[in-house]
Amino acid sequence: MKSSSLRVLYKKELADNLHSQRFIIILLLVAITGLSSIFTAAYGMRDATDNSNNDFIFLQLFTTSSGSIPSFTAFMSFLGPLTGLALGFDAINNEVNRGTLSKLLAQPIPRDAVINGKFLAGVSVLSIMVFSLGLAISSIGIIAFGIPPTFEELMRIFVFLLITILYMSLWLAVSQMFSLFFRQSATSALACIALWLFLTVFAELLAGVIADAVYPVSSYSVLDNALKNANMKLMLNRISPSTLYNECSIYLLKPTVRTTSFVTERDLIGAVAGALPLTQSILLLWPHLITMAALTMISFAVSYINFMSKEIRA
Amino acid sequence: MDRTAVIKTENLTKKYGENIAVNNLNLEIYEGEVFGLLGPNGAGKTTTILMLMGMTEPTSGTAYINGNLTTKDTLKIKRIVGYMPDRVGFYDDMTARENLRFTGRLNGLDTKTIEDRINELLERVGLSEVGDKKVGTYSRGMKQRLGIADTLMKDPKIMILDEPTQGLDPEGINEMLGFISDLARTDKRTILVSSHLLHQMQKICDRVGIFIKGKLLAAGPISTLGDRVLAGQELTIEMNVSPVDDKLISLVKAIDKEVRVDADGENVVVKSTKEVRKDILKILYENNYELLYLKQSGRDLDDIYSRYFAGEGVKKDEKQ
Repeated sequence: MKSSSLRVLYKKELADNLHSQRFIIILLLVAITGLSSIFTAAYGMRDATDNSNNDFIFLQLFTTSSGSIPSFTAFMSFLGPLTGLALGFDAINNEVNRGTLSKLLAQPIPRDAVINGKFLAGVSVLSIMVFSLGLAISSIGIIAFGIPPTFEELMRIFVFLLITILYMSLWLAVSQMFSLFFRQSATSALACIALWLFLTVFAELLAGVIADAVYPVSSYSVLDNALKNANMKLMLNRISPSTLYNECSIYLLKPTVRTTSFVTERDLIGAVAGALPLTQSILLLWPHLITMAALTMISFAVSYINFMSKEIRA
Repeated sequence: MDRTAVIKTENLTKKYGENIAVNNLNLEIYEGEVFGLLGPNGAGKTTTILMLMGMTEPTSGTAYINGNLTTKDTLKIKRIVGYMPDRVGFYDDMTARENLRFTGRLNGLDTKTIEDRINELLERVGLSEVGDKKVGTYSRGMKQRLGIADTLMKDPKIMILDEPTQGLDPEGINEMLGFISDLARTDKRTILVSSHLLHQMQKICDRVGIFIKGKLLAAGPISTLGDRVLAGQELTIEMNVSPVDDKLISLVKAIDKEVRVDADGENVVVKSTKEVRKDILKILYENNYELLYLKQSGRDLDDIYSRYFAGEGVKKDEKQ
């Protein structure tokens, strides 16, 4: 009974999401920006490949920005949250306002099937979207370069796409939580956008201000102080999921990168230059991954608990 | 009479902070009856229903439906109880059929049963011809009728209808009342219906409970309710007698010292706090007066209405 009612709800939510105008708008937005970034990167790189580093050329497709158009990862880091938010900001309050939730909960279904179904359907839609985009990009890459990606590159792209889905799901969970706390869907949309802008744009500025206040850097300060300042700024930035996502994509798509923290000359003594294997790169981004997964789960858990004990009035 | 209570509450109480929405409610609703939960807006009717459906937790007390505890066996209860919330909502971008199909699937019915039942129910509520139109285009009355069909998808033994006639035009109200009594009489379902409109409910309810400010004042068949709710209030008897003379007036006055009599032509108005109808009839019979008309008021629904419901309830209804 439990699994079948979850399946019914999941199917309906999936159909609703895929048919909704807002999904089509956001899909177009992400596809157009993403593909235009890939196109310009591919054709810009094609002329430059003969004299630069040819390793992992497929991966460079994702991280190269050419001219005025930012890289694909930069676009994803900015638009990923918007995608998640768009799918979830009115998940519950819309049902309440339409008077369908009390009817829904009068049916013999476990209450959590409603919120689980909504979340799972949202994640599925995000996955479909991200993987189709990934496939489109790979085909553009093959057409542009005329060489297929190596297995290592494919695996790295695959993991990168999974992390992109996780990053969007985090925002999906956050927006569903807001849809429980705010009765009006406009209010919850606004709250979501406010949080998104704060974390992707202003958090970075604020981190700088706080770090400067704690470890003031002046012309008299020693190197140690400057390093502490920079480290604090970095750690504060890592509160924001977009920083975590950016660092993940760097680890995955630039295999030569070994750390995004600060490195002194002493740390580099004896290090051999070269690309890391995929498993080592994943090891580097593991803490980031755990943090994003934890944030997603916390948001979902908060909405789950709230929803289970909520009084549903028509 | 040997009757089993299918809905039973014991000292059911719900508080919102300091505010008591439902106060020690003890209610029994028997199998196959139509029970009207009547009270002005804000009396706690919807809160009671929400507690019965397990959609909100009681502060204290317990409620059982068909022997199942409402706070524990919610799934069992929801399988046999059809609930129609007030202002029932549908997915506007789906057709009536799609909405009903969704409800059917949530109840775990197989495809054939679902399709058969959709056809049967749309026919029954008179929506067969618009079944493939989006619900967004429906009028209030049509949505309310679709609500009844939706509630019937699971073929419930018990139905709980919250303000089913709210916002309907007179024709829609009559139709809705017809559906409800048909569901009870033909289908033998137990029905709990809440309303603030006493007069509509008296047509279809076997028993009613008068619910004021979270407390149940009285419950029982409508005919006996007036005596219980308004005991101690003054009764008025209007009668038309021929001939009216001083002898008659003094005889009636002699029944009790509390009795007051006013005569105007053939019309006589008797006021008393006690039941004096029998005494008057005896006087009339023994003294050969001709009784043309007699009506006693002060203990009937109209009086309950004017005492407890008037004001807010009436005004709200006129607005819609």
